[in-house]
Order: sequence, then structure tokens, then C-alpha cells
Amino acid sequence: MAVCIAVIAKENYPLYIRSVPIQNELKFHYTVHTSLDVVEEKISAVGKAMADQRELYLGLLYPTEDYKVYGYVTNSKVKFVIVVDSSNTSLRDNEIRSMFRKLHNSFTDVMCNPFYNPGDTIQSKAFDSMVTAMMVQAS
Amino acid sequence: MEAHEEKPIIYTMENKPIVTCAGDQSLFTSLYTSLAQQLPREPMEWRRSYGRAPKMIHLEANFVQFKEELLPKDGNRALLTFPFLHIYWTDCCDTEMYKASVKDDMLRWQSTLRLHGSVDWLIVVVESEAKKKNKTNILPRTSIVDKIRNDFCNKQSDRCVVLSDPLKESSRSQDSWSSFLTKLRTLLLMSFTKNLGRFEDDMRTLREKRTEPGWSFCDYFMVQEELAFVFEMLQQFEDALVQYDELDALFTQYVLNFGAGDGANWLGSFCAPVKRWNGLLLRRPIDMEKRELIQRGEASLLDLRSYLFSRQCTLLIFLQRPWEVTQRALELLHNCVQELCLLEVSVVQGALDCWVFLSCLEVLHRIEGCCDRAQLEANCSHTVGLWTYATEKLKSLGYLCGLVAEKGPTSEDLNRTVDLLAGLGEERPETVNSLQSPYKKLNEALSSVEAFEKHYLELSHAAMEMYRAIGRMRSARLIGKSLAEFYMKKGDPERAEGFLDDSLRSYVAEGWSLQVTHTRKQMAECQKLLQQTEDYLQTSALLAGDANLTVEERKHFCQEILTFASQPPAPSDQTVALSMAAFAQLRQMQFSPPGAVVHVGAALQLELRVRCLMPVAVKVEQLAATLHFSLEQGGARGRAGSAQRRTGQGPQGQGDGVVLFPQGSPLAGAGMGASLLPALELYEMQDRSPSDSSLNSTGVVCKNMHLLLRRHDSSASLDTPTAGALPAAIAVDDGAQMLRARDITLQPGDNSILFTAPTGEPGSYTLRQLCGSVGRVQFVQSHIYPVVQYEVYSQEPQLTIEPLSDNLLAGIPQKVKFTIATGHYSVKKGDALQLSNTDSMPILHSSCCSATILSSTGERVGESALSIQSSEKVTSISLPPTPPYHTLEFQLEVLCHIPPTPFKPDIERLTNGEVRHRPKSHADRGMINIDQKVSIDCPWSIYSTLISLTFYVPFKAKHSILSAGKRKYIQVCLQNVSDTIFHLADPVLTECQPTIPVELLSLNAKTQQTVCSQQSVFCLWEMRWVERLPLCLQCAFSASFAPVSASDAHTAFKPYRYEFQLDRVSTLYSLKAEILPPSGDQHCRTGTLCGLEVSITRQAEPSETEGEEEESTEIEGLRTTKLMYEVVDNSSNWAVCGKSSGVVSMPVAASATHRVQMEVMPLFAGHLPFPNIKVFKYLPHSAVPAIQPDTDSCLENDTMSLLDKGLDDQGDTASIRSRGSVHSVGSGEQQRVLPMPRLEPFSPGQVFYLSQGRQVLVLPVTDDHVMEVNVT
Repeated sequence: MAVCIAVIAKENYPLYIRSVPIQNELKFHYTVHTSLDVVEEKISAVGKAMADQRELYLGLLYPTEDYKVYGYVTNSKVKFVIVVDSSNTSLRDNEIRSMFRKLHNSFTDVMCNPFYNPGDTIQSKAFDSMVTAMMVQAS
Repeated sequence: MEAHEEKPIIYTMENKPIVTCAGDQSLFTSLYTSLAQQLPREPMEWRRSYGRAPKMIHLEANFVQFKEELLPKDGNRALLTFPFLHIYWTDCCDTEMYKASVKDDMLRWQSTLRLHGSVDWLIVVVESEAKKKNKTNILPRTSIVDKIRNDFCNKQSDRCVVLSDPLKESSRSQDSWSSFLTKLRTLLLMSFTKNLGRFEDDMRTLREKRTEPGWSFCDYFMVQEELAFVFEMLQQFEDALVQYDELDALFTQYVLNFGAGDGANWLGSFCAPVKRWNGLLLRRPIDMEKRELIQRGEASLLDLRSYLFSRQCTLLIFLQRPWEVTQRALELLHNCVQELCLLEVSVVQGALDCWVFLSCLEVLHRIEGCCDRAQLEANCSHTVGLWTYATEKLKSLGYLCGLVAEKGPTSEDLNRTVDLLAGLGEERPETVNSLQSPYKKLNEALSSVEAFEKHYLELSHAAMEMYRAIGRMRSARLIGKSLAEFYMKKGDPERAEGFLDDSLRSYVAEGWSLQVTHTRKQMAECQKLLQQTEDYLQTSALLAGDANLTVEERKHFCQEILTFASQPPAPSDQTVALSMAAFAQLRQMQFSPPGAVVHVGAALQLELRVRCLMPVAVKVEQLAATLHFSLEQGGARGRAGSAQRRTGQGPQGQGDGVVLFPQGSPLAGAGMGASLLPALELYEMQDRSPSDSSLNSTGVVCKNMHLLLRRHDSSASLDTPTAGALPAAIAVDDGAQMLRARDITLQPGDNSILFTAPTGEPGSYTLRQLCGSVGRVQFVQSHIYPVVQYEVYSQEPQLTIEPLSDNLLAGIPQKVKFTIATGHYSVKKGDALQLSNTDSMPILHSSCCSATILSSTGERVGESALSIQSSEKVTSISLPPTPPYHTLEFQLEVLCHIPPTPFKPDIERLTNGEVRHRPKSHADRGMINIDQKVSIDCPWSIYSTLISLTFYVPFKAKHSILSAGKRKYIQVCLQNVSDTIFHLADPVLTECQPTIPVELLSLNAKTQQTVCSQQSVFCLWEMRWVERLPLCLQCAFSASFAPVSASDAHTAFKPYRYEFQLDRVSTLYSLKAEILPPSGDQHCRTGTLCGLEVSITRQAEPSETEGEEEESTEIEGLRTTKLMYEVVDNSSNWAVCGKSSGVVSMPVAASATHRVQMEVMPLFAGHLPFPNIKVFKYLPHSAVPAIQPDTDSCLENDTMSLLDKGLDDQGDTASIRSRGSVHSVGSGEQQRVLPMPRLEPFSPGQVFYLSQGRQVLVLPVTDDHVMEVNVT
């Protein structure tokens, strides 16, 4: 499963970011942040006219030696980034897609919460536990 | 394919499908050139098995002489050397010769082919005219061909082709060439299809055996590659690539299965330790070295992958897809690293880095070799990944081999380097002569610290440039940061600083706190090395307050600042100004009093709540906020209103004097605030004209425009230390006023600091800059937002008088409240208010009154008694001493006398020209008001203050005269128009000028009466007189009234007076009407005429005075007056038949009676009231001045005068029916311009109608049928 899951606001600051090996947290932050370059590139590549029909799932943003970084952009330009260990070959595109869908659903629930202030970092327990379920269990 | 022709490809595969030639070799040689040229000229459609799409294909062939060795032996599946077609060439046209030699040769050839199972053959018979001519015994041309066909092609006649005159330029020759070529192509393709199909089937069978124990991937690899080769040979690169991709996928799957525990035996050879890491080799079409290794089953994983990729790369470049090469290369490199790890292959540390580095560069070189510069630049996004990867790998090699360390590599590092270089082996022959080969680069880079630095920087900058070019700024910055780390390691902080700063800015701007912390820590280290004290301290301050760090780290950075602060200042440098934002956050400010508006000299406290971000308690020597002072225009007037508005400023501003400072979320910190724009703060703006406060314009104003329109990159300067901004802000003018707090210890977390605000001068004070001093360090916040300001005002003393109740009532004592706002004036002992007395409104000061002193906030401060002295003209109220900006309140009772004459309401306009708006209800009730002006001399002014009070008269009186025959009564109606309930007592009516004594006899109750609001009291007096009544009677009504609520009823009674005049009171005539039923009947009946008898009786002798009033004429010694009577029935009970009006002459003598008979008809049955009878004075035309009548007036007078004119002397009657004609006669007479008589009503009381209210019984007609009476 994923080693790092991040939700990034339209303005590119992190709304939520969690990674499994705590000691590597900084590295994941760097990775996710850098991946925004590719996300932006992919969004702008679609073009304005086609933006409505754009698929939310952006696919593999870029591979690194150790990790694969996948991206997803909601219609409100909130970005989801999932980082997967490269050695984890059992994850196919479809699984990644479904992870993003789950993430999106849960994120929508967070946004629907009347006590949540859009733009604030996400502190929802439900969201957190959903993310935990998608992460590699820390060993 | 055209593209290929344009660009010569060095690596093209030399192989072509083999076609053997047997028979006449010299004949073939003569035709070879044109054959080789013409064969590929036209494409041929290749239909393929397994549903693959048909393809157009240009065929080429390698024609070789037929040898038996060329034919494949059983089991040899080599396709590259496989002869796809065998051709027998002959130009024999001689039967003899054919029979003699050619046939035998052909038979031999055929049998050889058959022996090897080859069925793909063709016999070409070349005919030429030249040859024919030489022969004399020419057989028909076809005979030879027919013979051959007969002999060899028993069923396949198409296996024999005739080529006629191939070397001549004739149409026949052309035709035969083209048909031959078509045949050749078709047969070739048929052979391909058949042989490849068979091959593929074999290959599949082999693949299906892969689970069997003896199966080897390498063997299979060779087989499938053979197929790929053939496709490549046929220039079907796409198909060739598919073969390699299948092999790739198959291998990958095996590796994955191995990782999952399902290992295959043959994989063992790939698990051998990696001994050579000399990178990819992409410069040859086929790397035969590696291929042989694979063939022998000795290839390592890297060898296999390298070979496979080099083949894929070659094909992709043939396909003009160089960018796919780069993408696949990156995947391959990542994948190989993963696979080696998965297969647990032991690799020397750094070896893979070498391999990856070399491979990256090799791929890039290969791509550069086949693309021009513009193409490369346009496709940076495809190559940049490889550049970055190479950079990373070189970096890690550098760290591994000790090339980055400041001291240079140790001997251990050197050993490692030697090992790594050994694994590279010899440089390949292809690149030996190239100066920039990857091999040379790596060798050089690892050889010395300087060379490493050169290469590393070169790569890094190249990668950075590319990232910048394609807009991937974050990636570029990441490389920049790793460069900075490199420079720091090399002990070169100057160069590191720029990169760190750039990265830090972007992280701050986008709010990535972990990166910010990490980079800032590096920055701090860098700045410390550079001895940029101020910047270092600023960064330390930020780090000390950074929640991402451990407490120890934070304490360390905090201590750095404190240590610096406590150092004695060097004479050269000044204090160091740091941004307050790093040190503490403002939470809220609270004014006390909350209005934040105070008078001059008043105490105003400001509580500032600050969240200190430092990890330890910090002692601040002084915390000061500079104040911006501005003189407020408009002075003290109207201050209260504007002050209310001001304190509520800002989105966080609350009415209770609290200003909340906006807080960014603690997690995202300052970065989020910078990236999110502040919300628009919009306010309604109204521009009123100063003269009459009418609205000139209105609009919406944005108050924080300066924040919204600020340039974006400059917003980051709040957090990053910039040398320029702060010192300018700290230039504090010492003379300026400031809020100051000394020696405070700020604990970590929230702190509360109390300031006392200066209130020396009136005006508006705005907090501008906050500065905390710790030793040599000052923390400065250059502006405070939202705006915090307070106001100090100075006010002129003011006196107001206002009623306690809604309305002041005239006539009874009323309480009014005096309010003195002392303003800046302090009321001293002996100060007094001088009220000039007026008669109409005395001031009652019998009750002891006391004054209340209130502070400016409305608190009750004290109370003291007032002493009031009253002299003839002036009432003096001595005021108790009151400090400035206090309010003095006391109440006084005043009484406004009701003027006796009925009062006309004033034009309600006061002296200052303002229209007083009265409650509407008063106007409705018709209350009469009295404006009473009070002139007051105040001790603080030389001018008198004029104050107007409005009193309302609580009663409204009406009088009327009532008669009964000669007797006269006066009725006064008194209505209470106020809201108060009154007692009314002692109503008295007196005659004012009793010239002729008249006795007024009261018929009223003696007791008090209660008059509720809106109720009326009626009082009645009978007039008695002795001789005669006076013509005019002046009366005065008076009564006492007191409010019901008044405690002391007797003293509270106040007089009310109403004066009026009565004229012509005495009764002159009495009227009596009688309705007589028709004769012989006892009662009137509906529909029958009844007699109406009106008798007018003179009651009184005419007095002399009255004579003037009455128009009398003397006829034959008898004084008569003319009266006009009229019977009017408004309720349509009666129909007046015949005349209804007439003029009578009445003798002016008592008891003179005139009777008039008329006929009326009742229209209804029942008790019917009598019809009205009216009497007027009739003034004949001679008495009035001749008026020229005009049509209008004649119409106006229609009902009265005009009508009667025609009757003037005749005394005639005019029925209602005849009115119209009379009218016309009248109008005709009008032409004669006659003066008109007129009517004058009697004043009330002069005519007494005896039959008023009388009724007569009318019976219905006895017949029941409906009676219709039509009176027109």
C-alpha cells in the first residue's frame, strides 16, 4: 500500500500529509512538493477547453528509484498525491485509482462538515483512519 | 520510411531476405542491377495470419548463387540465413538444348529443393529477340515455356515466368518486367507468411514449455530474437519491437515471481554477483558481445537488460521515437536497481551508481546523436529526468568516494574508487576517440576532487536549467538545495546562500512547514558561517519559535539570540532589529474603557495579549508601541457618534473595545497567511452634504486595499530577513508619543501586558509600530493590522433641558431635567446657573432637589443638594463642584400658565431654524402647544443659552347656547385632550362686563368630576335676566383641575380659564308646525295629502340695537320684516306638494303671528318626524348695493336668491315641479340687470322651533295592494 498520502490545497500548501516511516517524513515532503511541478504540468497540458472532461486521475507523476508518485486533482484543484514503494509491484493502476477515489470521497465528507473551515488543515479522525487503512502498516 | 531515406542511418541492419539463383549465372548477373533496383520500388500488401493487420511492404532481397549448403538442415531454425525463394534462370530457346542440358539441370535443382522440403521456387525464362534471330530452326516461342511448365509445374503453372527482352526499352519489355516483379513479390510474401508462420508456431510451442525444468530463457530469447531480426530485416520495426517487449515482459514477470518465491532454475545465472558495470552500449545495432553471453547463458542481469534495451533503443530510433527511449531508459534504470535488489544480487557499493550514471549519459548521447539542438531543447521534459538521475548518482558517488569532504578522500575512499573503476573495464572501442564519452567523464570525475566538482556542477546546472526552462521550478530548487548542501560541505557558504534563500522563499510562499524548518536550519548554519549576524539572529528567532523542532533545538537557537543580546555592544554597531513575527504573535488588544474614546487627560488602558513563541521565558527590557497622532477635524461636536463607529473597525473589531489579530493556522504558520490573500474588507461609504446632511453620493470602500494590491513576492519578506526594510522602520522619533511597558518577562505562550495610553491632547492616536527590546536586539513589528486606534476629545460644556415625560402639560407643575455635560470646564464652588424668570412660566423650587454627578462612563459619582435662590427677575441655581468631563443632572419643576384666550397654534419653527418633529398623534388630537423659551446664563459662557420648551394645553373647550322658548342656557364642553386623567372641580361661569345684569344659574354638580383622556365634561348654566338680554355677552368659564395622580389634591388644583363671547342671544321668533290629517280622517295615511300649518310668532319687542340688525320696512305705519321660510325634508319621508317656501312679512311686534298652510304627503307609514322648517332673514334688493351678477354667481345663488326673485311681489308659490321654468324666467329677467335680494341666517338661539323632534303617526292605506306614488 501507500507509504505517503498527501492532500494539497489549490494554493499548493499541504492540507494533510502523512507518511509511514516517520524518519523519512522530510524526504516525503520534498517528494510530494516536487511532484506538484508535474501535477501543474499535467493540468495545464489538458488545456482550458477540455478542462471539464479532464480525468481527475493524473496517473504516474514520476518514478524515482525507490518510489512511484501518483497524482489526482479534484475539480476544485485540490491535489491528492500517493507515494508507493517501487518494490511494491502488486499495485496496479486500478488499485491506485480506487485509492484515489476513496480518498476523494473521504475528503468530500470532510468538506461537508459544517465545522470544517475550507482551507484549514484536515484534522478529521474519520479521514485519518481512512488514510491509515490505505497506508502500509508501519513495521 | 521516407524519413529514413532523408537521414542516413548508420546502424541499419545489413541483412535482407535471401533469394537463391540457379541456372544461367551470367544471365542473372546481367539482370541483377535492374532487378535489385526495381524490386523495392512498389509496395506490396502483406496479409498476415492471426488477425494481424495487413501491411504495405517494400520488398528487398539479397540474391545469392544457389548452393546446397544454403538450404537449412532439419532443426535449424535460423531465419536470417533462410533462403525464402529459389529462382532458376534460363534463356534457353532451343528445344534441343533444353532437352540436352537445361532440363537435367533443372531436375537436379528441383530434387535438391524437394529433399529439403522447400517449395518456394520459380523458373524464369528469359527471351530475347537477338537470340532468336541467331537460330534458324526456331520453334514457336511458347514451346519451351510450355515444355518447362509441363515438366515441372504440373499444377502450379504460375511457377514459371517469362521475361522478354529485359534489357530493352520497349513497352513489351516493361510489361513483362512488371508482371515478373509482381510474381516475384507475391511469391516472396507467400514464402514469408508460410515460413514465419511455421516459425512462430514453433516459437510458441517452445514458450509453452517454459514451466518444464530444462527450459532456458536464454535459448528462448535467441529464438524470439530471430523473429525480431526478420521483422527488422523486412523493416517492420514495430513488429520487431513487439518481440523485444514480449521478451522484456516475460523476463520481468520471472523476476517478480522470483521475488514472490517462485524461482526458476535458469534465473540462477542472473543472480551472479555483478562484476562489470560498464553501462549501456547503444552505439551498435547489435551488441554481439552481450548477445553471445546470452547465447552461452553467461549473461548477468545487467548484461541481459543492457542488451535488450540497446535493441529496443535501436528500433525506437528507427521508429523516430527518441523520447520514448529516454522514458524507457529511466524506467529501465529504476527497474534494474529494483530487480537487483529483488534477486538479492550482491553488488559492490557504488557499482550500480556507476552503471546508472554511465547508462544515463549513454542514452543522452545517443539521443543527442539523432536529434538536432532545437529538438532537444524543445523536449527537455523528456531528458531532464535522466540528467537529474545522473546528477544524483554522481553526487552519491562523490560522497561515497570522499570527494565532497573538505579534507579530500581518505585511503579507504581511494581503495573504493579503484574497485569501482576496475568494474568499468576497458573503454569500448566506439568511444575511445570521443572526448566526452560517459566512460571518460566518470573516470575523470572519480579521479580527483576538482574534476568531480567540475562535472557535478556541470550536470547540476544543466539539470537545473532544463527544469527552469520547462517551468518545473520546484524541481529546479530541489537541485539547487542539494547544490547548496554540496557547497556547505565544501565550506563555501557564500554560494550556498543564494540557493538556500531561493528554496526557502518558495517553501515559505507555499507553506510547507517541514521544508521551511529544514531549509531554515541549513540557512542558519550558512549565515552563521558567513557571520551575517542580523540575518542569523532573525533566522534563529524563527527557528526558536518553530514547532517542528525539538525543544532542545529551539532552546539552542533562542539561546543564540539571548547570548548575542547580552553581549556588551560594540561601539561601531547599533542594536539589531528583528522581525517581531518570529518572536511573538499579537493576539488581541483590549481598551479600557472599551469605547476607546476618552476625554483629554482621562485614564485609558490598553491590554495587549501576546503569544510569545520562544521556548524559554524572555526578559524584555522595554516593549513600546509608537503612536501616530493626528488632529481630528470637526472638533468636539458630534464626537460621540463618530467614536462609536471607529471602535468597531476591522473584521475582528468588536463593540467591546477588543481588537483581535488574525491568526494563521498554527500548523501552516506564516506561509499560509502569505499564500492566502486576506479577505476583502468592504465598508459602506456615504458622503453627505455639510449644509443639510442630504446624501451626495454613496459607495463601497475597500479598507485593506494596500494589503490586497501588494506585490506577491514581497510578501515573503515578512518572514525572511531582509536588510532593507527593518532599519527604516525602527527609526523611531523619540519625541513621538508611545505606549511603553518596562521590564516584562514574556513567558512562552500567552502573556498579557498593560499599557497606559497618553491622553494629553485631543485627537486620534493610531498604533503604528511595536518594538520589544532585549539587550542589543530589538523585535520590531512595523505595522499593526487591523488598525488599532483610540481617540481623545475635548468637549465644550453643554447644558440641555428636557422633559421627563413625553409631553409637558401646561397648567400643572411639570418636571424637567437639567443635564450639564461639563466638558473641559470644571464647575467650581459658587458657580450658578442664572435663569431669567418669565411670568408665564415660573420655576417652582419648593421641593428640595439634589443633583447627581455622573462620570464620563456613566457611573454615579456623587450627589449633592442644590440651593436655588429666586429673586424677582432671576432664579439662580448654584451648582455643586463637578470635575471636568462629568455630567451633572438635576430636576426642576416648572409651571406653564395656560393663556386664557383660545390659543392659535404657532408655526412650529424654532429659533435655530430646525423643524421640530412632533409625534403625529398630537397633531391629530389637536392639542394646542405653547413654546416657552428659557434664557439661562451659564458660568462657562458670557452668552446666554436660550432653551425652548414646548408645553401642551391639556383641555379643549367649546361653548354653545341652548334655548327653550325664551329661556336661554349656556353649555360649555371641556374635552381632555391629554393622556392624563384629571379631576375637575368648581366650574364657574361669570359675566365679564355686566352692563346689564344677567343672572347665570349653575345647573352643575357640585362634586369633583374625573375626566379621562379624550373624555368631555359638559357644564350648563341658565341665563336669567330682568329686563332684556344684552346684545352681546362676555363670559368666562373657569374650573380647577388636577391630575388624578397628584398626591396633594388641594394644592395641586390649578385653574383653567376659557373666555368667550355670545352675540344675539334672545329669541326673536318661534316656529310651530302642525300636521293635520285630511278632513274626516283621524290619522294621516300614506299617499293622502295632509295639511301642514306653520305658524311663525314674534317673541320679543325689537330693541333699538336689534333694529339695526333687522331689516324692517314701514308699510302703512306698521313696521314689518320679511322672512323667508322653507320646508325641507331631507329624509324623504314627506313629499311637499305645492309651494314649499315663501316670504312672509312679519309685523315687528310681540306675539305677532303668521300662519302658512302647505300640503304634504307622507310616503311611509309609521311615526314620521316632522319635516324641517327653516327661516331666513329676507333682505330685499334695495337694501344691498347693486351687484353686477355674472353667470357664475347666479348659478351659485340658484337655490336661494334666484329662485325667490320671481316670487318677489306676487307672493306666489313655486312648486318643485315648476322650478325649471321659473329658473328660465328668472334667467330671462336677469337680463334686465336687477339687483338681487339675499338671505341671511339667524344666529343660533334667535329662532326657536317648537315642533323640533315632534312626530306624527301615519297609517298605511287600508288596501294591501302596492301603491305607487310618483312625484316628479
